[in-house]
Amino acid sequence: MAELQLKSHRFRTEREADWRRLESLLGRVHRGGAKSLMPDELLEVPVLYRQALSSLSLARAISLDQQLILYLESLCARAYFFVYGVRSRPSERVARFFTEDWPGAVRGLWRETLVSAAIGVLAAVVAYVLVRQDPDWFNALMPGAMAQGRDPSATTAFLASTLHRKLNGHEALELLATFLFTHNSQIAIFAFALGFALCLPAAALIAFNGAALGAFLALFGSRGLTVPAVGWIMIHGVTELFAITLAGAAGLSLGWAAAFPGQRTRIEAIGQAGRRGGLVMAGVIVMLFVAALLEGFARQLVQPDLARYAVAAATAVVWGGYFYGPWRRKRP
Amino acid sequence: MRLPRFVLRSRAATYGFGGRPFVTPEGVDLRLTVASYTERMTAFILDVLILVAVLVGFTIVTLLAASAAKSRFLGEGAALIWLLGAFVLRNFYFIGFELRGQAATPGKRAMGLRVIARDGGRLTADAVFARNAMRELEVFLPASFIFARGAGVDAALIALGVLWSGVFVVFPLFNRDRLRLGDLAAGTMVIKAPKTALRPDLLQDAPATVGGVAFTAAQLEAYGIKELHVLEQVLRRGDRRTLADVARRIRTKIAWEGPSDAPDRTFLAAYYSALRGRLESRALFGHRRKDKYDKA
Repeated sequence: MAELQLKSHRFRTEREADWRRLESLLGRVHRGGAKSLMPDELLEVPVLYRQALSSLSLARAISLDQQLILYLESLCARAYFFVYGVRSRPSERVARFFTEDWPGAVRGLWRETLVSAAIGVLAAVVAYVLVRQDPDWFNALMPGAMAQGRDPSATTAFLASTLHRKLNGHEALELLATFLFTHNSQIAIFAFALGFALCLPAAALIAFNGAALGAFLALFGSRGLTVPAVGWIMIHGVTELFAITLAGAAGLSLGWAAAFPGQRTRIEAIGQAGRRGGLVMAGVIVMLFVAALLEGFARQLVQPDLARYAVAAATAVVWGGYFYGPWRRKRP
Repeated sequence: MRLPRFVLRSRAATYGFGGRPFVTPEGVDLRLTVASYTERMTAFILDVLILVAVLVGFTIVTLLAASAAKSRFLGEGAALIWLLGAFVLRNFYFIGFELRGQAATPGKRAMGLRVIARDGGRLTADAVFARNAMRELEVFLPASFIFARGAGVDAALIALGVLWSGVFVVFPLFNRDRLRLGDLAAGTMVIKAPKTALRPDLLQDAPATVGGVAFTAAQLEAYGIKELHVLEQVLRRGDRRTLADVARRIRTKIAWEGPSDAPDRTFLAAYYSALRGRLESRALFGHRRKDKYDKA
């Protein structure tokens, strides 16, 4: 028959078996995951995938059978997603995250981290000065729920008592820690996302956070309770404030990339900043988990001021060394 | 009737037939189909429904466990599990599913969608994390503005907030790849990943002649590739009235004088075979005739 001599038809009959084979392998992966393939079948997939890709290029050149081209496109796309899919083992991925990816991303954000920290510190200092001059500022700077009765109208004795509380039986420390963790993490993720809107909302969030801290210290400072108050905050605050500063920094870098992409296209710049920010944020959640453990357990269990300062200093050394220590500078 | 300009423009802003260019590392363009806004919205609503259902079930179970456990200690344990569980659900439902091989949440899978890296590389965990962290801005922020209540200046501020955050919600409508903020921030996009079956070649059992009479070169000059593709669709669909209609038009156009008693389907299949043979062999020599107006 004359039509069987058509090159496109011969082309199809010669290769169809390979396509079907690839299709059946992909079907099994779809139903049962990559584990359902034998090792040699697993090795077969990339080969069949490249054959299908070359079939697609060829079919586009010589065949006018539209359905064939649509089929090959969908087959190649499915094989592509399998061949280039996420496939490292979870344990490897987690290990890489902690040894390379996360510290690397945090180091890459050092400029934004400094800016973010500066905003927080500045807001804290301003709030401190304002509240020391006029205690009424306290109510404006501190969200009511966070103060829990710790306001300028409270007695010094009450304020001191909030810093050192004796445990009565088993208090629900785990519950407190969990609540703090989920609440702080949600706020940190929010700060990162807000950075997208050209930095300003994220900066505002960091500033509010810093102002609340400044107002708090000013209140306790005005009663001569500075030393225990700093210990009370910093035992977990080193970790938590660092985490929030990093979240803000990730947000700032995102907004900065959106506003000033530089040599790259805007989309590229945002994408790079976003992926790096995503890495940092995954780590920030881990940090906030540690901070919540410190806040929920260590702060209640460790009462002496000196011990609290020691814990705070230890966390500062650990985080600082982990992120910026000299032994991690091998990789560019 | 003339369509309003913004409709025309939004149509121009989508990819036509053939999909979006997407080049694999091997250098082949896969022409992917971008998922539409409605498909993604539906997938998201499905996911939220699943989330809410799971959360409600989870709450009931922990409440039952807490009330069954008489001691205060166990009750606190239930509350703890609930807090953690709700947090994990809210933040890691999307991330967890998108990190799996299928790169899609149950809602997306139901709609036949999946997440891919826009540059053609691997979809990485940091990208999945970033695209889902931005959800706070696209869902949580507008929702919190909408549910906020206030009077006077507060009300005006809230209204402004709704407008401002509303921009993030409709953002995907203003770009061709239907990127939401999260996709932008992560360098990802959502595509439709359909499963097309291979159907038999129409040439398989169709002679290029009708009752032994072949088409003349002039008769095969009548159409180009575009018309061939339409003819392919008509033949594959096999609707009798369309077949009859198309056969009549082609017979008139090419002034068919061969056997007129051949069934429409047979005639069209023969013409398809002959036309494809001619167009393909000409294409091999570098003449791809786009459509019937193409004089090449």
